[in-house]
Amino acid sequence: MKTMSGGKTLFEKVWNNHVVRQQADDLPAVLYIDLHLVHEVTSPQAFTELRQRGLKVRRPEQTLGTMDHSTPTTPRGLDGIIPVVDSQAAAQLDVMRKNCADFGIPLYDLGTRNQGIVHVIGPEQGLTQPGMTIVCGDSHTSTHGAFGALAFGIGTSEVAHVLASQTLLQYKPRTMAIRVDGHLREGVTAKDIILAIIAKIGVGGGTGYVLEYMGEAIRSLSMEGRMTICNMSIEGGARAGMIAPDDTTFDYIAGRPSAPKGEAWDRAAAEWRQLPSDTDAVFDAEVTLTAEELAPMITYGTNPGMGMAITSRVPDPDHLRDVSQKLALDKALRYMDLQPGQPLLGKKIDVVFVGSCTNSRISDLREAARFIEGRRVADGVRMMVVPGSQQVKRQAESEGLDRIFKEAGAEWREAGCSMCIAMNGDQLQPGQYAVSTSNRNFEGRQGKGGRTFLASPLTAVAAAVNGAVTDPRTMVNQRGRA
Amino acid sequence: MEPIRQFAGRIVALPINDIDTDQIIPARYLKVTDKAGLGAALFSDWRYSADGSAKPDFVLNQPEHQGASVLIGGHNFGCGSSREHAPWALIGGGFKAVISTYFADIFRSNSLKNGLLPIIVDEQTHQQLISMAQEDALTEVTIDLESQTVRLPDGRAVQFPIDGFSKHCLLNGVDQLGYLLSLDAETARYEASHAARVNTFA
Repeated sequence: MKTMSGGKTLFEKVWNNHVVRQQADDLPAVLYIDLHLVHEVTSPQAFTELRQRGLKVRRPEQTLGTMDHSTPTTPRGLDGIIPVVDSQAAAQLDVMRKNCADFGIPLYDLGTRNQGIVHVIGPEQGLTQPGMTIVCGDSHTSTHGAFGALAFGIGTSEVAHVLASQTLLQYKPRTMAIRVDGHLREGVTAKDIILAIIAKIGVGGGTGYVLEYMGEAIRSLSMEGRMTICNMSIEGGARAGMIAPDDTTFDYIAGRPSAPKGEAWDRAAAEWRQLPSDTDAVFDAEVTLTAEELAPMITYGTNPGMGMAITSRVPDPDHLRDVSQKLALDKALRYMDLQPGQPLLGKKIDVVFVGSCTNSRISDLREAARFIEGRRVADGVRMMVVPGSQQVKRQAESEGLDRIFKEAGAEWREAGCSMCIAMNGDQLQPGQYAVSTSNRNFEGRQGKGGRTFLASPLTAVAAAVNGAVTDPRTMVNQRGRA
Repeated sequence: MEPIRQFAGRIVALPINDIDTDQIIPARYLKVTDKAGLGAALFSDWRYSADGSAKPDFVLNQPEHQGASVLIGGHNFGCGSSREHAPWALIGGGFKAVISTYFADIFRSNSLKNGLLPIIVDEQTHQQLISMAQEDALTEVTIDLESQTVRLPDGRAVQFPIDGFSKHCLLNGVDQLGYLLSLDAETARYEASHAARVNTFA
């Protein structure tokens, strides 16, 4: 149990810095929000609410709009414009433009220089900084916790709350420390760590908690790897996941457009260095994993907790004691058309998707490109590579990554959420199997009737090249390297 | 929002664990800009075949369950995305409450803001409700927000938790934004002593 005199966690420090009004018996705390990210799908009804009540946006300069979910990722026309053929999506994008214009909010419009997936652009612009509170009407807002920010998804009613008041009502969550000791083996990545964590705690295991990821394996990760981890905190039921800021964090932020400069940087960095959890801080729960024991992971079922080492076999519902879990697994395997005890290695697949707010950053694309270079996407397999932002796209093209993907037979697309959520026409056909670097394998998530195996970019490339689920470690030391 | 005090309603069971918001309302229905009309998309992929016809074996399509207003879901109901379209679709589909052993955080928070009661009961009561709904489609429960109880047909009243603030808002039909706006001076004081950390126009 916590004591009053004990040290504070990273979460508690950020929380305490943002309390406008303390939580009382019958009242939630009022938290100040430093940065509010807004996208086209979860905001229209919130702006309607503001209009109906005659309210303004309190802090437009702490609010940023982008378009990502319902946007096409098809090539630009000769006019340089990305055509939106879906009239309902086009109408939604128009509403977003009007809302941002009417309320004076900066907007990264479709196809413009800085547009992209909301959880890619915040960090990329240097807007995401340690110690901040960041919200968005999007559950993967947890991504920004990789910087030591308290960042979480909110509903549309809460989007209206933050637009109008720059504050949010919250009850203080509990804290869970997730320690990953040791070093990852070759071919095992951040994505595999987080899939292993979710497989261990379950999709509801983090409900009511803020997670803090720590330990040597986490500290060794790049910022992109840390974002991949924090991104999927919500898939374990936790609204937020955090990682203490360190030199890796500062190096990533320094020099970005919205990063503090000069003396302001020194002041900010000094504050950020105070944020890591005190050594005597106590967490409400703790989970430990050992990096050396982790293998590339893959999901076999219809939620992200149904994951296993890629060399394992699909579990048997009859081996589960809990009746409801048995039913859930049975239902999942029927949907996936998989048999208990079946290995996934060698399972034929139809589509490979590299992208999403989980794995569409430049380092993900570099890793995938390096691995596919000199290899070819198998006949009959469609591979889509969707950069997370226009900036990632430009960077990748300047490094020639687009050419590597195209020469291998993959599609190189415009930036957006794309087949992670299948709102924009990028989707699976019923019955198809995909290996996807995204974050959700729910029924129909990537298209009605489609079946998703979640995995890392390396595992995705391995599947694309072989036309079947493949352990990327078996391809190490050939032309590419896992 | 209409105040909520007490209501009676028929129960229907969907005893599946971890029902995610993509099942409650698939993402392709999110290209809308208002809240109305989403009831038609509720559980769409479970409810309708590819040709649009209703699947007769899906519980919400069965004639005897029409008009049910209390959904009994499996553990961890509402996990996944933050889409408030999920409670909007449930409300559009005629539901006033969902009962489970626990709810995903964002779904629970979204539901409370829309007058859809997320009711947490113990595992034994949960099982009992599922059995009763499956045995007799006419089974009715009475939910009383003031006393925080679900009254079962056998007369037993089961307590459920709800935070005091949400309860106050629901009982009085007031929304939470009004409260936040009333704290304008406190928020301004916070802003005066904490410089903005970023400027999105810069």
